[in-house]
Amino acid sequence: MALLEITNLGIAFGGLQAVEKFALSIEKGHLYGLIGPNGAGKTTVFNMLTGVYQPTEGDIVLDGRSIVGLKPAVINKAGIARTFQNIRLFKDMTVLDNVKVGLHNQVKYTTATGILRLPSYFVKERAMNEKAMELLKIFDLDGEAGQPASSLPYGKQRKLEIARALATNPKLLLLDEPAAGMNPNETAELMETVRFVRDKFGIAVLLIEHDMSFVMGLCEHITVLDYGRIIAEGDPETVRSDPKVIAAYLGGEA
Amino acid sequence: MKMKPLSRSFRRDLVTYGMVVVMFLAIQLLSGMGMLTNSLSGQLVPICAYIIMAISLNLTVGILGELSLGHAGFMSVGGFVGAFVSVCVGDAVPGWLCFALALLAGTAAAALFGFLIGIPVLRLQGDYLAIVTLAFGEIIKNLLNSFYVGRDASGFHVSLKDALSLNLDETGDVIINGAQGITGMPRSATFGLGFVLILITLFIVLNLINSRTGRAIMSIRDNRIAAESVGVNVTRYKLIAFTISAALAGLAGALYAHNFSSLVAKKFDYNTSILILVFVVVGGMGNIRGSIIAAALLTILPELLRGFSDYRMLVYAVVLIVMMLFNQSPQLVAWRRRLAARLPLPRKKAAAGEKEV
Repeated sequence: MALLEITNLGIAFGGLQAVEKFALSIEKGHLYGLIGPNGAGKTTVFNMLTGVYQPTEGDIVLDGRSIVGLKPAVINKAGIARTFQNIRLFKDMTVLDNVKVGLHNQVKYTTATGILRLPSYFVKERAMNEKAMELLKIFDLDGEAGQPASSLPYGKQRKLEIARALATNPKLLLLDEPAAGMNPNETAELMETVRFVRDKFGIAVLLIEHDMSFVMGLCEHITVLDYGRIIAEGDPETVRSDPKVIAAYLGGEA
Repeated sequence: MKMKPLSRSFRRDLVTYGMVVVMFLAIQLLSGMGMLTNSLSGQLVPICAYIIMAISLNLTVGILGELSLGHAGFMSVGGFVGAFVSVCVGDAVPGWLCFALALLAGTAAAALFGFLIGIPVLRLQGDYLAIVTLAFGEIIKNLLNSFYVGRDASGFHVSLKDALSLNLDETGDVIINGAQGITGMPRSATFGLGFVLILITLFIVLNLINSRTGRAIMSIRDNRIAAESVGVNVTRYKLIAFTISAALAGLAGALYAHNFSSLVAKKFDYNTSILILVFVVVGGMGNIRGSIIAAALLTILPELLRGFSDYRMLVYAVVLIVMMLFNQSPQLVAWRRRLAARLPLPRKKAAAGEKEV
C-alpha cells in the first residue's frame, strides 16, 4: 500500500476551480516532483495536503487513514511536514530553538515540569539539544545555533526550514521551492542533502521547484500541473519530452 | 558547545534575578537610613504589584504576541477575591496563613477568569483581540461596582442591586459593598513580601520562557502558520499563556489589596490597564528585565518629581520618550552593542541582542 494516496482532489474558491481531479500515489523512500507554470495550483495542493485549505472534493489517505478535515497540527503529528515558499521561520528565536520547536511532539514534558525545573526537564532538554544539533549538522548550520534565525542568509534560512520540518519526524516531507534564491553550487549541494535525508530517514519527499535541472536530476516521478489540472506525469524523461508540458512552459497550442 | 545556549539563557536570567535583589537591598538601605519620603515608602508595595503586573502582561504581549488592554480586570479579580478571603477568615486563622490563603485564592480566581475569558477572546487576532480584552476589563470593573456580598447567621448573601436587597438579619454585615468596595482587610502586605512575590513571578515566567511550552508560545508569536505546521496546538498554548498571565495579575491584585484597608473597583479601570501596557512597551516587548525597570522607574518618578509641581507630567513624558529611544532606536542599540562588546562579559551581548526585538 502506498504511503500517501491522493484521489480526485479538488478545491474551488468561490467560482474559481483552483485544483481539479488531482491524483498521486506516493511510496515510502521515493522522491516526487510537482511542477507547472506560476499559478498552476502547486502550492494549493500543498496547502490541502497539510490542512491549511479544506479540499472541496476528493480524498487524501495517509497510511490507510483519511486526513481530510484534520487541523494542520494534527496532520503534522500524523506524519506530514512541510516548508514554505515564502520562508516562515520563527525569526526572533534562535536557530537551535527553531529546530527545538520542531521537536515539540517528539520530546515531551509538561508545562509544570518546565516551570518547576524538575529533573526530567534537564534530561529532556539535553536530549532535545542533542537531536537538534544533529539535524543542524546535516544542513551545516550547527555553527549558527545560537544566532537569531532572522540573521541567517537566505539560503541557510531555507535549509533551517527543512531541518525544522525534519525535526517533527515526518513520513512525508513537502518542500515548496527549496532551491529558490540559491546559486548553482548551493542547489547542487541541496540535491545531495535531500538525497541524504531520504536515505537516512527513509522518508518520501514531494517537492515543488522551478529549477528544472534540480527537479529532473533529483525526482523519480514528476507531476505537471497547469490551470489546476494534471497535464502530464511520469519519470523525468517522459515529462521532459511531453509536448503538452513544453507548450505549458513555452506557450502556444499543444 | 552543546550546552552553551542553555547556560546562556540561564546566565541572562541570573542577571535579572540579581538586578531585582540589588534593587531591593538598595531600597532597604535607603529606607533604613531614613532617606525615603513618606509618600514614597507608601508606594513600595504598589511598586511591587505593578512590577508583577508588568511581567505578567509581558507574557501576553511580548511572549505570546497578543495585545491585551484589560489586564487590570484580572488584577481586580485577584484583589477582590483575595481581600474577600482575608475578611472572611481573618479572625479564624493566624495572619500569615490568612495572607497566604488570600494570595492563593486571588491567583486561582484570576486564573479561572483568564481561562474562561481566554476561550472566546483567543479566537480573535490583533486589533480585534485587543478591543475585546478592553471590553472584558470594563465588564469586570462594572460588575464589581455593583456587586454586593453580605454574611449573617444563615450564610452568605449575594446581590447585584444594592446592600438592602441582601436581606441580612441583625447579626449580618456587608463585606463587598458595591461601588464602595471592600473594607477591613488586614494591611499585611510588606515590601519584603512583595519582593519575594516578584522573585516567584520571575521564577515562573523565566522558566516558562525557556521551556518546551515557552518555545511553543513564542513560535505562535513569530509565525502562527509555521507553528501549526510543526504540530503546535495553537489554541492550547495561547490559552496556557493567557491563563498564567491572568493568574499572576491576580497575585499582584491580592498583594495590592492588602496594602490598603479598603479597595474599590474603580481603581482598576482602563487607565490602569494602559499604564501597565506602557511599562511593557517602554521596557521593551518580550524583555522581562525591561518591564521591571520601567515599572519601578515610572511608578517612582511621579513621586520624585513632586518638587517640579506643574512640570511633573512634562518631565514624565520626556523620560518616556528617552526610554523608548534607548530601547528601540537602531543607532542607540548599535551604540549599546559596541559598549557591551568592550566589556569582557559575553552575557551583555546577549542581553543587548534580546532588547532588539
